[in-house]
Amino acid sequence: MKNKERKSRFLQWLDGEKDIYAGNMEMRPQKEYISSPKLLSRQEHERRLLTERANDVEHNRVYRLYKAAYRVLALVFCLSFIFLLLLEVSWLPPVGSAANPDNNEVSARYIEKGMQETGAVNIVTGMILDYRAFDTLGESHVLFVATITVLVLLRKDKGKKEDNDRVYEPKNDTILQKVAFILVPMIMIFGIYIILNGHLSPGGGFSGGAIIGAGLILYLNAFGFAKTERFFTEKTYKIVSFCALSFYCLAKSYSFYTGANGLESGIPLGTPGAILSSGLILPLNICVGLVVACTMYAFYAIFRKGGF
Amino acid sequence: MTFVQNFPFISIIVSLFSGAVSSILSGRTARVINRIVVITVAILSAVTLAYTWRTGTSYVFWMGHFPAPFGNEIRVGVLEAGMAVFFCLIVLLSLWGGREHMEMEVEESKQNYYYILTNLLLCSLLALVYTNDLFTAYVFVEINTISACGLIMITQTGRTIEAAVRYMIMSLLGSGLLLMGLCILYDLTGHLLMSNIQEAVAVLHASGEYTIPLTITIGLVTVGLAIKSALFPFHTWVPDAYGYSTASSAAILSGLVSKGYIFLLIKIIYRVIGFETFHDTKIVNVLFVFGLAGMIFGSLSAIKENNIRRMIAFSSVAQIGYIYMGIGMGTQAGMVAAVFHIFSHAATKALLFIAGVGLTDASGNNVQFIHLTGAAYRNKIAGVAFAAGSLSMVGMPLLSGFISKLLFAQAAVQNQGKLLPTMIVLALSTILNAIYFIKTVIRIYTPTESDYEGRALSSQKLFAVSAVLLVVLNLYLGSMSQFLVDLIEKGLGMFA
Repeated sequence: MKNKERKSRFLQWLDGEKDIYAGNMEMRPQKEYISSPKLLSRQEHERRLLTERANDVEHNRVYRLYKAAYRVLALVFCLSFIFLLLLEVSWLPPVGSAANPDNNEVSARYIEKGMQETGAVNIVTGMILDYRAFDTLGESHVLFVATITVLVLLRKDKGKKEDNDRVYEPKNDTILQKVAFILVPMIMIFGIYIILNGHLSPGGGFSGGAIIGAGLILYLNAFGFAKTERFFTEKTYKIVSFCALSFYCLAKSYSFYTGANGLESGIPLGTPGAILSSGLILPLNICVGLVVACTMYAFYAIFRKGGF
Repeated sequence: MTFVQNFPFISIIVSLFSGAVSSILSGRTARVINRIVVITVAILSAVTLAYTWRTGTSYVFWMGHFPAPFGNEIRVGVLEAGMAVFFCLIVLLSLWGGREHMEMEVEESKQNYYYILTNLLLCSLLALVYTNDLFTAYVFVEINTISACGLIMITQTGRTIEAAVRYMIMSLLGSGLLLMGLCILYDLTGHLLMSNIQEAVAVLHASGEYTIPLTITIGLVTVGLAIKSALFPFHTWVPDAYGYSTASSAAILSGLVSKGYIFLLIKIIYRVIGFETFHDTKIVNVLFVFGLAGMIFGSLSAIKENNIRRMIAFSSVAQIGYIYMGIGMGTQAGMVAAVFHIFSHAATKALLFIAGVGLTDASGNNVQFIHLTGAAYRNKIAGVAFAAGSLSMVGMPLLSGFISKLLFAQAAVQNQGKLLPTMIVLALSTILNAIYFIKTVIRIYTPTESDYEGRALSSQKLFAVSAVLLVVLNLYLGSMSQFLVDLIEKGLGMFA
């Protein structure tokens, strides 16, 4: 009985309903630090003087000295840092020498067995999307998190009609539109070509995606948001990047899981050189390309009008 | 390979994947997903910890079909798994404790971004803890930096944006130095995998070849990570970043983000450069001196503060100084103390930030001390939690801060050359800590007539739960520290 009472009293105290200390404690009213009017006016005067003198950059000697010293020190620091780095570079192994430590079994295997093991003719793609796929998975999420952060910073919420530079549209610049009319399809096709041939020739998801993104931005500049929003809105961005990243994540998880547990992945590598070859690399290149293209376009759109 | 060994990999992928998933969800669903992910990862890591503890060895896990120097791999030992469990706990408790404020301060339509950033931050911390490859570490350092920036500025006021810009500039400077160091290390050794680099560096060190570039490289990596983890002369971004961001962000940033980089540095010292080689470069002495300076100057700045959040932030600078002092002692005991302080400080600082927000809540959201008078009577749980956290920071027995001070002192006794400065600064720093923390505790327990409305327990249950759990965690670390110390010793032994 007594315990129960104690418990309820404790809970009441925690809730602030009943305070056993209330009334039993000496309450000290807090004195705000207030000085006499005379002192206050003097303080005000001093503060004004201070701000005036501090802002008076022309005649402030301390500030000038500080600024000069800052510049000199910064210069000295930068120069000594550059000197240190140059010194370090001069001590490094000579560039291009065959005896360098980085010409070891790792690069030898990439070059000699890369095509056979990954099925990709382009060794670089084989390296970033198969040998070291975990790093690339992280790297594509760097792009993703960068877009999210820019959205956090710049996105304007719907409902609030704030002016953006859409009011100047459509510009109807004939030269730009004609040029874009010819160039944009070519840029798009070139970008798609680079992505799809990522495992066969130089290029891949990152470069092809950047080209497609540039094409989209050119199209947007020539024809305005009204036209692009027919096929690319925030929803499109979300769905495309979600699908691409999820596929990437899941496909690579499967590959990591099978690899680590010594299982056969069962994904055929195909004949090196054919368009449908090299296992997961082609779909992964498409995913990376989509993410990069969307990110490029999204950055541009967010910077122009705080949304898509 | 047993199924348990997949768990670290699964926890990294789950938290990465949940980031992408949250982007198409509403804030509320994203929150549920986030809690599920954090709890899952905590459980998986705990199982991994039990597994590695039982087997007594670390193991490597291939990320792909190719063995180590050709493909990526992660490495799991006792300390890594323990760190992962602890990080998840702190993330969970910080998010619970600051949830009400987060939802008040962040626009409704941006709340799912908050959880995306937290998930990716957790993923990058896990990857930093588990990685066995320097380039993987760099990639996840990038994710870590950007998402931390987002977490600071998601409360959109002028101060947070300024804080985020400062944080970004300093942090990118650190990343740049780290990247330069890694490039040169690759040039000298031809590897990115930690174990291979260690072998190559040992050969270089023994032959005396490339001594100067190696020393400069180690310096670049160390300074880069020191900037990112706010060691004393590079701490200028700390007070704004922790002081004005929302409470959960501040708790996560000070408790975990800076600790992730320190853990990476410790890993690099042991697994890449080699403890002996690192010790021979004398960089430890530089870290030692700056650690000591940080302990004093961080506390001095904290004493001058009139804003409780900024005061706690400056106290972080002092505590980071403790950790670097431990690393700088250059002995095994010093390292154990430093790692223990990583745990202890993460628990205590999260507690202080969460309790601090409870106190300001009961004072009309004012952070100045004059408004906080008597706040402990208006919000009792927060008052008790803040007092416990303060006492732990000062080093009261039974709380975690005492054990870390004890370990530092023990480590100092074994190190003849650094005994005197360590002891003097440790004592001085304890007094300074006491000055500003006990001052605050006295102020919040000074009864006064006040217009501010108190907070009843029933209106802040989640906050109360997280604050009490953090206090319990502190008490656990303080009274049953032997397990953790064993874990750290065993884990550091596995590093070698």
